[in-house]
Amino acid sequence: MAHQLPPLPYAFDALEPHIDAKTMEIHHDKHHGAYVTNLNAALEKHPNLQNKSIEALLKEITSVPEEIRTTVRNNGGGHMNHTMFWQIMAPKAGGEPTGALADAINKSFGSFAAFKEQLAKAGMGRFGSGWAWLINNGGKLSIESTANQDNPILEGKIAILGVDVWEHAYYLKYQNRRADYIAAWWNVVNWAEVAKRFTAK
Amino acid sequence: MEHKLPALPYAKDALAPHISAETIEYHYGKHHATYVANLNKLIPGTEFENMTLEEIVKKATGGIFNNAAQTWNHTFYWNSLAPNGGGEPTGALADAINKSFGSFAAFKEKFAATAVGTFGSGWAWLIKNGDGALTIESTSNAGTPLKDGKHALLTCDVWEHAYYIDYRNARATYVEAFWKIVNWKFAETNLSR
Repeated sequence: MAHQLPPLPYAFDALEPHIDAKTMEIHHDKHHGAYVTNLNAALEKHPNLQNKSIEALLKEITSVPEEIRTTVRNNGGGHMNHTMFWQIMAPKAGGEPTGALADAINKSFGSFAAFKEQLAKAGMGRFGSGWAWLINNGGKLSIESTANQDNPILEGKIAILGVDVWEHAYYLKYQNRRADYIAAWWNVVNWAEVAKRFTAK
Repeated sequence: MEHKLPALPYAKDALAPHISAETIEYHYGKHHATYVANLNKLIPGTEFENMTLEEIVKKATGGIFNNAAQTWNHTFYWNSLAPNGGGEPTGALADAINKSFGSFAAFKEKFAATAVGTFGSGWAWLIKNGDGALTIESTSNAGTPLKDGKHALLTCDVWEHAYYIDYRNARATYVEAFWKIVNWKFAETNLSR
C-alpha cells in the first residue's frame, strides 16, 4: 500500500503565534506532501518494498536497491521526520515534561533547563538543513543532530522528539532568526506525546 | 585581516520581480553579512588570520570553512545576477556551452535539474575544467568549487533562504526566474580568465 500523507492533527493556525498558519500549510501540504509523493514514486518499481513500514525501510536502508536508496533515504526520512514532528507539537502545549520522562531528562542532562539549552544548541549548530533530536537509548537520553532528512533510525537510534531546522520550517515568520524560532517552538512541544514515545516499547 | 561585506553590485530592488527587495534585504543584509561577521570573529589568533578569503576557503575546515566559503559563494552569486541579465550567452561562452552540452536548451535543462535536485541546502555551479570543457556540479551547504581548485563561471544559490519569501517551496519556479536575471557577462569574463 502506498505511503499516505497523514492529516495534520490540528488546524493550520492552531500553533499561532509561535508557528504561523501559512508556514504550517506549506510545510505539511507541500513539503511533507512532496516527500510522500516522491517516496511512492521511487517504490513504484519495487513491489517487494511497498508493504514495508517507513521505519523498516530506513532501518534497513542498505538493503534498498542502490538506484533508489538516496531517494528513499531523503524522502522516506522526510516522511518519517515530519510525521513525528506534527505529533510532538500541539496547541496549548509547551511547559515541562512530568513523570518518568522528566526524571530521565534530569538524570541525563542535569536539569530541564540544561536539556533545553543543549537541544537548542544542537539545532543552532546544524549548518544548512537538518534536525536536532532527543534520542532514547533504553531510558538514557541524548541529543544529536542530523543533516537534511536523515532520521536517527538510519543508525538504529530512536528519536522521541525532533525540531526541524530546515529554513522552510521558520523562514516566513522568523527569516534568518533560527534562534527565535527554536525559542518559540518550546511553547508548542507536546510533552504528553513525547512521554508516550519515551515509554513505548 | 578583516574581511568586508562587498557592496551589492546593484540596488536591493533591482532584481524584482524575479527576486524581491525583501529577499535581498535578508539574503545580503543578514545571511551574507552574518557569514562575514562570523568569519571575522573566528579567525583572530588562528593560522587563517592573515590569509586572503580564497586561501581560507582552500585550507580551512569546519566553522571557518563554512563562513569563509559562504562569504565567497554569496559574492559570486550576486555577480551571477544582474538587473539587465537574462537572454543567452554569446561568443566563446556560447560556443563552449554548445560544445559541452549540445545546445543552450540542453545546458539550461541540466543546470535547472541540478539546482532543483540538490537535496537540502546548497548550490548549482557551471564550471570550466582544465581542458576547457564545461560541467555542471552541485555542492551541499557551503561547498564550493574553489575548495577543489575548480574554476567556477556561474552559480545559483538553492538554500531555501534564497527563494522562500518569493517562491515558498517552489524551487523550480525560482530557478526559472533565475534565467531572467542571469549575468552572462560575468560568466563570459570568468571563462576568459
